[in-house]
Amino acid sequence: MLRTALLVAGKDLRIEWRSKVGMVQVLPFAMAVLVLFAFALDGNRSTLRDVTPGLAWIAMLLSLLLGVQRAFGPETVDGALDALRLSGLEPAGVFLGKAAALAAQLLALGTLLGIGVALFYGPDAPGVGGWVVLVTTVVVATTGLAAVGTIYGALSAGIRVRDTLLPILVLPVVMPVLIAATRAVEASLGIRAELTDAWPWVGLLAVFTLAYTALGLLAFGPLLEET
Amino acid sequence: MTAGTTTRPGTGTRGSRILGVLALAGLAWLVIFGFLLSPADEVQGDSVRLMYVHVPSAWLAYLAFGVTAFCSLMYLWKRTRSLAWDRIAGCSAEIGLLFTGLALVTGMTWGQVTWGHVWDWGDARLVTTALLFLLFVGYVALRRLPAAPHVRAKRAAVAGIIAFLDVPLVHQSVEWFRTLHQSPTILRKDLDPQIDGVMLFSVFVGVVAFTLVYVWLLVHRNRVAMMEARLEAGGLEQALAERRGEPVGTAAVGS
Repeated sequence: MLRTALLVAGKDLRIEWRSKVGMVQVLPFAMAVLVLFAFALDGNRSTLRDVTPGLAWIAMLLSLLLGVQRAFGPETVDGALDALRLSGLEPAGVFLGKAAALAAQLLALGTLLGIGVALFYGPDAPGVGGWVVLVTTVVVATTGLAAVGTIYGALSAGIRVRDTLLPILVLPVVMPVLIAATRAVEASLGIRAELTDAWPWVGLLAVFTLAYTALGLLAFGPLLEET
Repeated sequence: MTAGTTTRPGTGTRGSRILGVLALAGLAWLVIFGFLLSPADEVQGDSVRLMYVHVPSAWLAYLAFGVTAFCSLMYLWKRTRSLAWDRIAGCSAEIGLLFTGLALVTGMTWGQVTWGHVWDWGDARLVTTALLFLLFVGYVALRRLPAAPHVRAKRAAVAGIIAFLDVPLVHQSVEWFRTLHQSPTILRKDLDPQIDGVMLFSVFVGVVAFTLVYVWLLVHRNRVAMMEARLEAGGLEQALAERRGEPVGTAAVGS
């Protein structure tokens, strides 16, 4: 299963690397969202500093939608999905691979977004403990987002109105991630919270990630069968 | 059932008619208790009567979506895979949306009267219910897309489980988010209900009446869905047969 996962993840990342769409479209999109927020909030630095975590995560969620569409775009044309099915790869492995590739892209995007946010909105730099919380939160939350995104990507593959369907399916489901990740990052940056306040939120994120990873492993078989 | 459906068009049968009468009687009973027999609250006044609709609707929202999740599981499990599960899951979700909407509207009305504003982001249960509504709007939207029956059923089943799995997570996150909702009064840990006996009984009457309405709606919606499925499967052949049966030449008149 892990070998399959590595194969599929490698394939997805290679496609992404060669097409450069993530770099020339998704990243600029996320940055544009950050700039939009700054204008919407009057470019007020103290306001922006307070809402930095929430805004950054919203930019991540919007990018997730694009990422999911990208991850399953190549699978739906030229009968690629049939080929994947015929290849005899384990569905659970395919799920892990696709989710891992998506998570890796989101992590890269999140790192760059973090730099953008630090420059534009100017939050205070976290201490050592803050960094630990921050990195843990981002890794766990991104993995959870990738898991949910991958399930919905497979579920909506081949649907004509996929582009409009995905947001209404994905956004309500990832709402707990938005809340928990925002609070945890706030705590890591010392915005209206202590550092220790972050851990229950990280725990919630971990439960979310585990639950949807487990569901994806189980559900990918039936989903790939005939869709 | 077969005799009824062939002679009279409609989805009613003797069983569902009895159920319907019971549901109506339950609603009448609720109106009597809600408006006449139960007293106004000392603090909240008459707005407390909203509770007799609000609490049962909220309970049914969870019940209906729970039924959807259960049927989705039964569909995905290979040994019990049948489109009947899928159909019931879909019907229950639609009815669940109805009751969730009702719970939201009554909750917001109560909020306007009691808090002075319709919406409060600090209220965990209100926000959770709103998200529940959105989650299952997505589910119903997915179901409406045309696809082969088993493909659609599989997609819907997975989406239904994803949505239901999300409910406790949403609830927990919103709960920690901050809360000013009335702490639960009926299910208090010391098992000593803090509301007046008649009021509590009226809520109970509401729950029974609404549950009957739910079952009645589910039975009928399921039968309509069955007919839709049959029409979808046999519709084209029947249309072709009818077209072939027409006398030659009528098509020319039309064109």
